[in-house]
Amino acid sequence: MTSAAHAAHEPLIRVIKRGEVPSTRRKIAVRLAAIALALVIDALFIYFVTGLNPLSVYGVMIGGTFSTSMRFSWAMRDLASLLLIGIALAPAFKMRFWNIGAEGQVLMGALATAAVMVNLGGRVSSWLLFAAMLAASILAGALWGFIPAWFKARFGTNETLFTLMMNYVAIQIVACCVNIWRGQASGLGKLNMKTKAGWFPQLFGQRYTINLIVVVVLMVLVFCYLRYSKQGYEIAVVGESENTARYAGINVGRVIIRTMILSGALCGLTGFLIVGGRDQTISTGTAGGNGFTAIIVAWLAKFNTFTMALISFLLIFLEKGAAEIASAYNLNDYASDIIAGIILFCILGSEFFINYKVVLRGHHKEVR
Amino acid sequence: MENAIELRHITKTFGSVTANRDVTMSVRKGEILSLLGENGSGKTTLMNMISGIYYPDGGEILVGGKLVEIRSPKDAYALSIGMVHQHFKLIDVFTAVENIALVMDKHEKYDLKAIREKARAICEKYAFDIDLDQKVYEMSVSQKQTLEIIKMLYRGAQILILDEPTAVLTPQETERLFAVMRNMKHDGKSIIIITHKLHEVLEISDRVAILRKGEYAGTVDTAEATEASLTELMVGKKVELNIERPEPVNRHLRLSVHNLSVTNAEGVKVLDSVSFEAFSGEILGIAGVSGNGQKELLEAIAGLQNADAGSSVVYFPDDDRDSTAEQLIGKTPRDIRNMGVHLSFVPEDRLGMGLVGSMGMVDNMMLKSYGAGRSPIADRRAPRHLAEEIKEELAVVTPSISTPVSRLSGGNVQKVLVGREIAASPSVLMTAYAVRGLDINTSYTIYHLLNEQKKKGVSIIYVGEDLDVLIDLCDRILVLCGGRNNGVVDGRKTNKEEVGLLMTRLQEKGGAA
Repeated sequence: MTSAAHAAHEPLIRVIKRGEVPSTRRKIAVRLAAIALALVIDALFIYFVTGLNPLSVYGVMIGGTFSTSMRFSWAMRDLASLLLIGIALAPAFKMRFWNIGAEGQVLMGALATAAVMVNLGGRVSSWLLFAAMLAASILAGALWGFIPAWFKARFGTNETLFTLMMNYVAIQIVACCVNIWRGQASGLGKLNMKTKAGWFPQLFGQRYTINLIVVVVLMVLVFCYLRYSKQGYEIAVVGESENTARYAGINVGRVIIRTMILSGALCGLTGFLIVGGRDQTISTGTAGGNGFTAIIVAWLAKFNTFTMALISFLLIFLEKGAAEIASAYNLNDYASDIIAGIILFCILGSEFFINYKVVLRGHHKEVR
Repeated sequence: MENAIELRHITKTFGSVTANRDVTMSVRKGEILSLLGENGSGKTTLMNMISGIYYPDGGEILVGGKLVEIRSPKDAYALSIGMVHQHFKLIDVFTAVENIALVMDKHEKYDLKAIREKARAICEKYAFDIDLDQKVYEMSVSQKQTLEIIKMLYRGAQILILDEPTAVLTPQETERLFAVMRNMKHDGKSIIIITHKLHEVLEISDRVAILRKGEYAGTVDTAEATEASLTELMVGKKVELNIERPEPVNRHLRLSVHNLSVTNAEGVKVLDSVSFEAFSGEILGIAGVSGNGQKELLEAIAGLQNADAGSSVVYFPDDDRDSTAEQLIGKTPRDIRNMGVHLSFVPEDRLGMGLVGSMGMVDNMMLKSYGAGRSPIADRRAPRHLAEEIKEELAVVTPSISTPVSRLSGGNVQKVLVGREIAASPSVLMTAYAVRGLDINTSYTIYHLLNEQKKKGVSIIYVGEDLDVLIDLCDRILVLCGGRNNGVVDGRKTNKEEVGLLMTRLQEKGGAA
């Protein structure tokens, strides 16, 4: 009985690995197909569920980022924070050190910046103030990266849990400081409102232009660091196998600590840019969840900082687009999130088809 | 005679690589069939299709004369096909019986007592020697293998596939396995055994099926086969089976190991006061059942393993004993390198220690040398040049020198590793299981490379498992047993029996206990 049943059918769907290295043309084709598929599914959803015209919804969605130069500028501002955290995570992730603590490292950098602004603002020259803010933010972020790294190198603690927990410690410290600084006021407004001490100067009409410049420079620097430097090579070896690293004569603990200080320092620097160039204030929401979203960015980009820029842009574009749809059509947030989510799902899901193909029943006999 | 299983025109490809092309062969009822072939000839892939791990791209499988589709290991079980993989699929914290319970049919009740009884009956029937209530993590490799076989028989396997079962066994354990296999055969079961070892093929099997580069090269009756004829079928041309052993020239002391002890993280003394000397221009073999301190011995010398107090490894660069002798214990691999000691090490775990799997040949070439110079930028020109050279000279088969080495076949991975270690012009070259899993051609390439180094005056320490090779290749053989030096024999005068005995029976000597 069993063998008769077996003779009856081969599997309906089988997955086969493709040839060694997929061509660039194939990668582009698969992704374009994914976007086309996403737009079709979204169109069905928009038409049948919300009853709107899909094309005009798409227009509004694109408008979320591109309709006015102001909108585009805001998108770039948000992209800068997200991308910089992604860049900061790249060295740690390449080392397979799962730094889930970017949120906390950014907050500590932001807090140090704010503390310098509050305490030194107006008392020293502005250049000295900026230098102090920069140094304090980098030190604070580096410290928040160093602590879990040291425990990992010394005692073999689990870095994922450790860095995650450090986030909550950072949030509470920030909450405490904010409470002290605001005193009797209901909230902490912009710091140094009168003197504007520690506020970034405006370039091309925006304070956060400096943020963008720093991000672009670091994108190139970190890319080169990981790809061409000896330290970058050590990071890759340690990430692949600690045994191999020891065999090669690499001091594994030192590389772990050094890399996490770098990762934390870059996160701290992000905090500096956010406070000085964007918010001019601090709250527990200063990092705004970007510390977690950046994990997705770094991971999807396979730690290539240039790819990170594209992925950050995609995420920001979808976020802005979804918000714009929600307000323009008075839709509830869930509907607009579904529309953005379908696009993200299709693009991420298409990665599978770059390396694998699916064969349906009955097709394999021709292979012979 | 009736066929238990028949393959017709089986084809399987992975991307652009064809693992099996148009294989047509059969296994009879109640026979032991050896499946022979070089590395990468598609033996394991073919067997994985019978046991439901892979699904063929083309062709048909017949079991008991009926056309079948095997889509998963479950289907294979239903057809009474069981496979014991090279890497065991056991749960360490479970006992033997609990592991057997894992393969229960879904209609069967979870009743450990009944399962134990049934398993015990199987053990008695085929003369398996195992404690069914022992936890897997307490078992030796051979016991785990026995348990895997019992698992398959419990599930009612009539066709049993063993993937390189003897690779991890001592000669004595191999004999025991063969005895059990004969018992199963007399009970009417069909057994397919994958192996590289020709003498085992001749000893155990009724027929031998040979694969060459993924294609079926024919089946011969073992009674009519010789080592030479099988080799010829396997590689397609005649290969010289004698290993060269040049006389050592200009032999002088290179490494003096004294009282070397290593205690592992669990507090067990894995290496116990081992003393020996290694000389330039000779190959010192290290024999022993795996797990008797070979790994720790080499790693301690290389600076990768902390040695206990009182251990000493002294390195002598030339004839002069006193002037520049260097103590290696307590130094890191980098310290040793900085002292100017050219110590090359081909570790057992090639991709987990010797190479970085995700990197290409170029980046792997610089693993030990990337730090040279003051520039913060890693120089990739010299490594690229070296990679090209090794690819050319050792005939490494790879799409490009930047293809991740984990994508290469086992033999090519080893060529890359050995090539790099030899390129460092070592004065001491240590290799651990340098030819494990390699086909005959590649193995001989490695032996040849080692002999070349020997002639250059390198002191070579060769940890091996194949006694025939150790005895043919090495000048002297040190036998480790229970972490102790159990005797050093002359490779030219000893025989397998003597070494085998030293491997398994600790000699009483030197001091009490």
